Amino acid sequence: MKLKVNYEIALTHILTRKKQTIVAAMGVTIGIALFIFSNSIVAGFSSYSKSNMFKTIPHIRIYKEDKISKALSITNDSSDLVLISNPKIITTNKNIVNPYGLIKELRTKSFVVNAAPQVNVDLFYNSGKSQLKGVASGINVIEADAMFNIQSTMLAGHLENISSDLNGIIIGKGVAEKMNVRVDDNLTVISSFGVIKVMKVIGIFATENRNTDESKSYINIATAQQLIQESPNSVTDIYLSVREPDSAAYFATNLQELTEYKVEDWKTANADQLAQDNMLGTMTPMIAFSIMLVAAFGIYNIINMTITQKMNDIAILKANGFKGKDIIKIFVTEAFIMGAIGTFLGLLLGALLVQILSGVYIGPPVGYFPIKFDVSIFISATLFGLIASLGAGYLPARKAAKIDPVEIFRK
Amino acid sequence: MNRDIILQTNKLGKYFYDPIKFKVLDDVSFEVSKGEFLTIVGKSGCGKSTLLYCLSTMDTNYDGEITIANQIVTGQKIDNLAVIRNEKIGFVFQFHYLLPEFSCLKNIMIPALKLGKYSYDEIEERAYQKLEILGLKEQALKPASKLSGGQQQRVSIARALINDPAIIMGDEPTGNLDSKNSETVFEIFKQLSQDFGQTIIAVTHDTDFAKASDRTIEMADGKIVNHNKII
Repeated sequence: MKLKVNYEIALTHILTRKKQTIVAAMGVTIGIALFIFSNSIVAGFSSYSKSNMFKTIPHIRIYKEDKISKALSITNDSSDLVLISNPKIITTNKNIVNPYGLIKELRTKSFVVNAAPQVNVDLFYNSGKSQLKGVASGINVIEADAMFNIQSTMLAGHLENISSDLNGIIIGKGVAEKMNVRVDDNLTVISSFGVIKVMKVIGIFATENRNTDESKSYINIATAQQLIQESPNSVTDIYLSVREPDSAAYFATNLQELTEYKVEDWKTANADQLAQDNMLGTMTPMIAFSIMLVAAFGIYNIINMTITQKMNDIAILKANGFKGKDIIKIFVTEAFIMGAIGTFLGLLLGALLVQILSGVYIGPPVGYFPIKFDVSIFISATLFGLIASLGAGYLPARKAAKIDPVEIFRK
Repeated sequence: MNRDIILQTNKLGKYFYDPIKFKVLDDVSFEVSKGEFLTIVGKSGCGKSTLLYCLSTMDTNYDGEITIANQIVTGQKIDNLAVIRNEKIGFVFQFHYLLPEFSCLKNIMIPALKLGKYSYDEIEERAYQKLEILGLKEQALKPASKLSGGQQQRVSIARALINDPAIIMGDEPTGNLDSKNSETVFEIFKQLSQDFGQTIIAVTHDTDFAKASDRTIEMADGKIVNHNKII
């Protein structure tokens, strides 16, 4: 063994007090394991709720925003008439002009994975006397399925039939239950423009989001255009999926330069749901952080105790020419070794806990427990563990460095 | 006679402030020649230990000036003093003060490893040599805590010698030993001084030990009262 003498001394101290080393390391192990565990749960929940959200919500939505008329038209020319009106929504149509031109342009952007036109229609589902308010999305099946993976939510019927069957409608599970219809039954819809159409149920889906399942339906885009009494080229919404959903807000501002229409990212549109995620995402690491702090205190305590017991040794080292810096190195190294052992075991224990929980079946709609195996969590746990133990070693070591050997020898 | 001066003090003064202001060293000036075996004697509380700690560079809070091997140590930075101690001074204390977790060999090697002048293997070789001189070669790999008091003190002398220091300083090196071990220790000191020309400064109240030295300085109330020059 030809370590530098400071490290050799530190290692000897560690090896001659294995029990204390293990106790200190175990504190860190538990801290790190819980840190990984809780952060993985948060990451799992957040990615679960996101993927749930993305079943129906696009990363970015482009649509024509309602404009409100100005109350007063101001003019500088005194001969002009001043117009006063009640501010209200100007009810022009909600169509995007030249949607396919815009889609083509959007697709040239490198971060855009998919862009799909959609025509959304507010309508009522009618069956006999019962009536249910809802929204039908006129879609181009292939593109919409690529974006929302509608196929995975289908309970009955065939999604792709929409592209050929202009009269077909795929309804949410809740709609089907409330209207008491099954596949191949007829369902009358009345659009907000007063168009009445008898449609045939060709499929039923379930997103497990109750609001969606009780209101949403999919129809052919051409049928939707009929329901809002528009020409076959008119589109009300363009949905985009992008490479990194978390940067959607940035992409949205980038895309806003391309068009006069409103470009809205999913985070802005769903701020309320995200608030919950954010809260969880702040609180849980804080708890893990406190646990880690306690673990660091364990190291602090043991190093502190070692130093108190080794006052003589420190004095003798100083008498033999060891500097304050050397003393700090010795004890910080000891803390680091304890922390490194603890962190390593903590990573294993954390991985084990995540592994166990990810195998726990909760049942539909969630399936297996949504916990995420994320390398970045393990990396940050490692850094966290090592830095905390360095800090826990440095504080008492600095004290040891200041020991005056003369005072010790005089006793 | 024109001898090289290895250590020189000029008007050393020092106060203790606790519990009351008290002058422990008062105008202490002397010189130590190279190869000299010097003992400092005096009653308890006369300031002899305090003087040694000032000479050792561990205590920096004094008036006056100390020169070791033509280098003024007074006013130097603490880290520089540590380097000077490592290289120029070897210590032997009253309570042997070995590191208990390490073997005797390692204890001896540590100051040399710190100095880093020789390779690890050379240092190990030199440590064995020192142990051999002190008749402890068989004990080399035993933990320091397993040795008797006299053996531990000899190990600490070996440690003091490892870096070929300019001066060995002893603070009551025989103070905690029985008469037989005491005798062994000062035999070693005498041998080091005579055979190897080692400079030794030792504080003691052991009169036999003092008699064996080249010169004895007697202190009382912080002053040198007797420069017993015997060359």
